[in-house]
Amino acid sequence: MTINETQDEIINEFSLLDGDQEMTVFYIMELGQKLPDIPEADKTEDNVVKGCQSKVWLTAKLQDAKIFFAADSNTAITKGLVSLLIRIFNGQAPEDILNADLYFMKRIGMERFIGTQRSNGFAAMIKQMKLYALAYKTQMEVKS
Amino acid sequence: MAHTNVAVKPTPINVEEIRKEFPILHQKVNGKDLVYLDNAATNQKPKRVIDALVEYYTGYNANIHRGIHTLAEKATKAFEATRETARVFINAASTEEIIFTRGVTEGINLVAATYGRAFLNEGDEVIISTIEHHSNIVPWQLICEQTKANLVVIPVTDSGELKLDVYKSLLSSKTKIVAVNHASNSLGTINPVKEIIQLAHNVGAVVLIDGAQAGAHLTIDVQDLDCDFYCLSSHKMYGPTGTGILYGKKSLLEKMPPYHGGGEMIKEVTFEKTTYNDLPYKFEAGTPNIGDVVAFRHAMEFILDLGRENIAAHEHELLVYATEKVSKLKGVKIVGQAKNKVGVLAFTVQGIHHFDIGQMLDARGIAVRTGHHCTQPLMECYGIEGTVRASFSVYNTKKEVDQLVEGLERIINFMK
Repeated sequence: MTINETQDEIINEFSLLDGDQEMTVFYIMELGQKLPDIPEADKTEDNVVKGCQSKVWLTAKLQDAKIFFAADSNTAITKGLVSLLIRIFNGQAPEDILNADLYFMKRIGMERFIGTQRSNGFAAMIKQMKLYALAYKTQMEVKS
Repeated sequence: MAHTNVAVKPTPINVEEIRKEFPILHQKVNGKDLVYLDNAATNQKPKRVIDALVEYYTGYNANIHRGIHTLAEKATKAFEATRETARVFINAASTEEIIFTRGVTEGINLVAATYGRAFLNEGDEVIISTIEHHSNIVPWQLICEQTKANLVVIPVTDSGELKLDVYKSLLSSKTKIVAVNHASNSLGTINPVKEIIQLAHNVGAVVLIDGAQAGAHLTIDVQDLDCDFYCLSSHKMYGPTGTGILYGKKSLLEKMPPYHGGGEMIKEVTFEKTTYNDLPYKFEAGTPNIGDVVAFRHAMEFILDLGRENIAAHEHELLVYATEKVSKLKGVKIVGQAKNKVGVLAFTVQGIHHFDIGQMLDARGIAVRTGHHCTQPLMECYGIEGTVRASFSVYNTKKEVDQLVEGLERIINFMK
């Protein structure tokens, strides 16, 4: 599935919630609960995403020229939000991640159910993921 | 007739009538009726306060004190009327002792920067407590750094009360300033400020009381307390944001150097020397926040009309009711169980982050505060990252407490 196909799928899922704030929050937390745990050893200060109000650990690895992220958070909603990004980006090429336009955020009305503080944190997560993509892209170019 | 200590029985508050005076309360948030339980951060404004602001800007906005035209005269009178109401509100001896500030934070900074700078010397001590808001910590740290004085901290018990025996042992001839809150924003603890003040005076120290969480809830009598400085924020007392008062004993204010320099605070300016205005204007440089000060009077009158003992009784009833219900929920731990509390109910829920709870409650239209509440040293002392805090005001109801409890039950059930 492409990045945009996954985004469209998420938009569709959220549209079923019909803008109900409480259902939306529950749904996001449920998504977070389904996100695979990351090893305790990866929960280091180095892996903490800077700029998030709650704690988010993010790791990435390159496999067959595709990136795979893993993440965890000490808050359930943040974990749910990061799980959306992981679902969109995992298994994608660094180049595609770098060029991705994350239109799903606006379409699912993200800013309505996360405050200013959290959307800044969300932006920090995206930035961190794109930085990983850039690093891997550079690494691949150097090797080739 | 012998004086008896029998307390006057409070008159019950007619909450439904009071709620009519608060336009903001009658709205839907996220499709649900707003339940506003973030009153310790700022409380809502009755219509008379909002009207006063509108009337000021539509009727008589003018710069005060030196204008000779009619509007300036009217604005000056309204501005000074608030000073008189503030004097009555805290029972100060004179309006010369009432200085308008931006709020408690500025009041504390003013005292630290003027009294502190003038009278603290190397090795002197400033005593604060573990349960202070950052605004009653940082200004003292700053002035201690500059003067090489030391900051000393009164510890707190597990239930959230100050350890008075330790406080007594900390007091000495080195103690120059004691600064504590009247009530804690994080725990709700009402401190025995009268005793704290008296003990400080015994060693010749002056005392500043941070009254941010007391203004809308407790009766304040600065002469009875015999405090040297007392700070209030209008916006936590049903008044506008951006204004507040600093009370200071006249004898101390006279000895203190000015804080900000500018217009209004001067008597005469030449390039060689400036002489300063009389109290309280010496500490009110520049054009003040006239409109908000004018409206602040109506907020204080709102409190006085209802009667502080009646407001306190209503909020106490809500606190007791909420504490009983919330503490029964699975995994809940109440943070702050002092014997005397204002209407602040802070808690943690095992295994659920306070941000998640706050977000979840917001989805149901319930406004609470989550986090460290600007008291990081206290959170560290208790070994927690933060709490969920519901804080009550005169317009809150038991039904709203029930809604809070329902919301909490739902999230606790979901997360288990």
